[in-house]
Amino acid sequence: MRLDILNSGYKFGKKVLFSIIKAISGYPLPDAAKLVFYRPDFYGTPAKQFTQRAMRGPSQWSVGDRELMAAFVSRVNECTFCIKAHSAVSANAYGDRAKVEQVLADVLTAPIAPALSATLLMLGKLTREQAISPDDIRNMMAAGVSATQIEDALAVCFAFNITNRLADTFGFSVPGDDAFEAGAKYLIKRGYA
Amino acid sequence: MKKEEIAPDYQQLYHQLTKRILYGKGESTPEQRQAAFDNAGLAEPLSTLTNKVALEAHKVTDSDIKAVKRTGMSEDQLFELIVCAAVGQASRQYQSGLAALAEAIKEGGAHAS
Repeated sequence: MRLDILNSGYKFGKKVLFSIIKAISGYPLPDAAKLVFYRPDFYGTPAKQFTQRAMRGPSQWSVGDRELMAAFVSRVNECTFCIKAHSAVSANAYGDRAKVEQVLADVLTAPIAPALSATLLMLGKLTREQAISPDDIRNMMAAGVSATQIEDALAVCFAFNITNRLADTFGFSVPGDDAFEAGAKYLIKRGYA
Repeated sequence: MKKEEIAPDYQQLYHQLTKRILYGKGESTPEQRQAAFDNAGLAEPLSTLTNKVALEAHKVTDSDIKAVKRTGMSEDQLFELIVCAAVGQASRQYQSGLAALAEAIKEGGAHAS
């Protein structure tokens, strides 16, 4: 990463933990995980708590849907690390990789419910243009999206617009697909907490 | 939507994060952190960096970071200000989304009744 403190500025106990994780999983700890271990009281802990609520807390959206939103927002932000990471989690949660790939290629023709498609389009607009209007919300509601679902989607959008920016600014290293697959299985099993 | 109608857990977790990075203990001053969060009022070369973090983070380069480090800013200060810039822009989006939702609910509610 672009700041040395994020590569090697960890206390002894955390360095030991990183070695243990590498020995057990067969992969170095991903930079996304290292970031939240750095001075966790400043950013990592409160960020993880918000993200856990948005991605794994109670919602009418499935885990696969929310991970797909995360991947989609990441694609709009052109954040390679997060696109790969969260399309892998979504594909695992759905048990359907083709669906995730179709959505990322073209949301309008992808085989998903109108409510999810309308939600992804709104998140794309908010991420690209930095703002949306009440009309954008009315369009979603007309497609059958509830107010609670909109609020949940906005929370996913907030979490990943932060993470995407940090991933690209700090320069997360992008590992191979097998490492993302292992990371996806971990995030399905353990979440973000 | 009134404030209390936003799910209390999101609101609490949102404020926990933003208050911590803006006002909690850190190496940079609260004024610097607020400026990075607002993406306004910072001097060069820091302003170029925070503007990229806010609006085109995928275009940040090693040189953008090095230019700020050369001004004598420590990595911990830089870490904090980059986090504030990222959270600040995402917050503006989030608030825009929540305000649009509140407006649509208010009108929709009146229409429905």
